[in-house]
Amino acid sequence: MSQESAEVISATAGASARAARTRISPAGDRIFMFLLYASAWFVLAIVAALFLVLLQRSWPAIQTIGLGVFTQLWDPGGGHFGVLTFIYGTIVTSAIALLIAGPVGIGAALFLAELAPKRLATPVAMLIELLAAVPSVVYGIWGLFVLVPVIRMYIGPALQHTFGFLPLFQGPIYGVGMLAGGLILSIMVVPTVAAISRDVFEAVPNDQREGMLALGSTKWEMMTKAVLPYARSGVVGALVLGLGRALGEAMAVVMVIGNKPQIVASLFQPAYTMASVPANEFSEATGKVYISALIEVGLLLFIVSLLVNISARLLVWNASGRGRR
Amino acid sequence: MDFLKSPGFRKFWNAFMIIIAALCAIVCGVVLAVVVTFVISKGYKALNLDFFTKLPLPVGMTGGGVANAIVGSLEIVLMASVISVPVGVLAGIYLALFGRGHLAANVRFFSDVLTGMPSIAIGVFAYSLVVIPTGHFSAHSAAVALAVIMLPIVVRTTEEAVRLVPGVIREGALALGIPAWKATLLVTVPVARAGIVTGALLAVARVAGESAPLLFTAFGSQYWSKGLSSPTAALPLVIFQYAISPYPDWQQLAWGCALVLVALVFALNLTARLAFSGRVSAN
Repeated sequence: MSQESAEVISATAGASARAARTRISPAGDRIFMFLLYASAWFVLAIVAALFLVLLQRSWPAIQTIGLGVFTQLWDPGGGHFGVLTFIYGTIVTSAIALLIAGPVGIGAALFLAELAPKRLATPVAMLIELLAAVPSVVYGIWGLFVLVPVIRMYIGPALQHTFGFLPLFQGPIYGVGMLAGGLILSIMVVPTVAAISRDVFEAVPNDQREGMLALGSTKWEMMTKAVLPYARSGVVGALVLGLGRALGEAMAVVMVIGNKPQIVASLFQPAYTMASVPANEFSEATGKVYISALIEVGLLLFIVSLLVNISARLLVWNASGRGRR
Repeated sequence: MDFLKSPGFRKFWNAFMIIIAALCAIVCGVVLAVVVTFVISKGYKALNLDFFTKLPLPVGMTGGGVANAIVGSLEIVLMASVISVPVGVLAGIYLALFGRGHLAANVRFFSDVLTGMPSIAIGVFAYSLVVIPTGHFSAHSAAVALAVIMLPIVVRTTEEAVRLVPGVIREGALALGIPAWKATLLVTVPVARAGIVTGALLAVARVAGESAPLLFTAFGSQYWSKGLSSPTAALPLVIFQYAISPYPDWQQLAWGCALVLVALVFALNLTARLAFSGRVSAN
C-alpha cells in the first residue's frame, strides 16, 4: 500500500511539477514579453527623442535669437533668423489648399460613402489612395513644369481679369508663388480629407439615414441633415489632418513657391513656408547659429504638427471609434 | 422661401448636389490621370539601358544614367526596413494581443500622431541625431529618418492584421501547453502574415518616394557611394536636384526618375492592397 501510494504521490508530484513549470512562464515567454513591451515603449521613446534632440540642437539658436524668432525677418547673412515670413507663407498656402481640398474631399467622400454603388466606390477609392501615394517630389516636378506655366499663362491672367480689384490678385504673375504652392498642396490634401471623411461617414449608423428618408427627405437632405451633423467632429478632424499634411509638406512646395522670405498680399508673389526653408537652405547653411536656426524651424514645425495632429486624432478617434478597440 | 421648400425645387437641388458630389470624385480621378499622364509622357523618353546602368554625366554631355541613385535608394530603404519592421511588428503584436491600458492607448495614439509628422522635421531629427555627431552625410542617417517614418505605419497595420486572427486559434495552442511566445509567433503571426506583409509594403511605398528627409542625410552624390557612411544618391533626390537645374538633359533624367518612382510606388501599393483584401490604411 505504502509503495503504491508513494508511486501515486510521486506521479502526482511529477505532474504538478510539470504543470508548475508551464504555469510559471518559461524563459522564452519572459524574453518575448520583454521584447513586446520594449518595442511598444520604443514608439513612445521615438516621439520623445524627436522633441528632445531637436530642442537640444536648436538650443544655440534659441539662446541667441530668443523670442526674436517670431518678430524678426529672415536674413541669415545679417544674422537675423525670424520665421514670421514663413508662418505667413504657410498659413496662406494651407488656407488655399483647405479651401479647395475641403469641399472637394468631403464631396468625394459623400459620393463614395452614400451615393456610389459599391462596385464603383471601391475602385474610385483606390484611385484616391493612389493619389495619396504619389511621392511629393513628383508633385513638385509636375507643379514646376506643368502647373506653374499654366498659372502664368491661363489661371493667373483669368483670375486677375475677374478679381483684379482684390489685392490678392494684383501685380505681376510669375507662375511660381503662393497660388502655385496652395494649388499643389490642395491636390495632396484631397486624398487625406476624402479617405478619412469616408471612414467617418461609414461609421454613421444607418438608423440616422433611414429615419430621415422615412420623413420624406431627399437623399441630399438626408446627407446634410442626418449624416453630416452626426459625423461633424470626424469631418473636422479630417480637415485638420489635411491641414497637418499641408503645413508639413516641404518638397512640392519648395519647388513651386519661389522661396523668397516676404509678406505680400498678392498670391502671384513668391513666398516661403516653414517646411520649405530647411529643405531649401540646409545644404548651403554655414555657421553654428544658422544651422541651429534651421533646426529650430524644424522644432517649431514639429510642435505645430504635434498640436494639429493631436487635436485631429482626438476628433477622428471619437468619431470612428478607432482608439477604443 | 416657399419656392425653396417646393418638392420640385427640392428634387432639382437633390439631383444638382448629387452631380456636384460625383464631380468631386471625378475631379480626383482626373487629377491623378493628368499627373500620371504627364509623368509617363515626359519620362519614358529618358528610359533606356544607360538610364539603369550608367552614372550621371557632367553637364553638357548627353546620356548617362542614375544607376547609383537606384542602388542608393534600395540600400537606404532596405536598411530602414531592417530597423523598423521587426520593432514595428513586435509593437503591433503587443497592441493586438496585450494592448489594454494606458501604455497601449498611448502607443496607438502617438503612432497615429507620428504618421502625421512632417517628413522634413524627421529629416532634421536624423540630421541632428546622426549627421552632426558623426560629422558627415551618410546612408545610415537617411535610413534612420526613413525608419522613423515607417515605424508607425508598420505598427498600426500589424495591429489590424493580428487583431483579425480569431483568438480561439491562439487559445487552442495555449491549451495544448505551447508557451505563449511560440503560440504567438508560430500560430497567430503566420495567419496574419498577409496583413503584416501588406503593412510593410505600404510603409516601403511611402518612404521610397520621400525626398525631404534625405536632403541633409543621404545628401546625394554623382558617383557610386563609397559605403554606407558616405553621401549616397537616391532617386527622389535626383528628381529634386535635376528638376530645379537649368539643364534640359538633367530635367529629362528627373522625369525619367519620376516615372520609375511612380511605377514602383503604384506597384507596391496595388500589390499590397490586392494581396490583402482587408481594409488597411496608411493614413
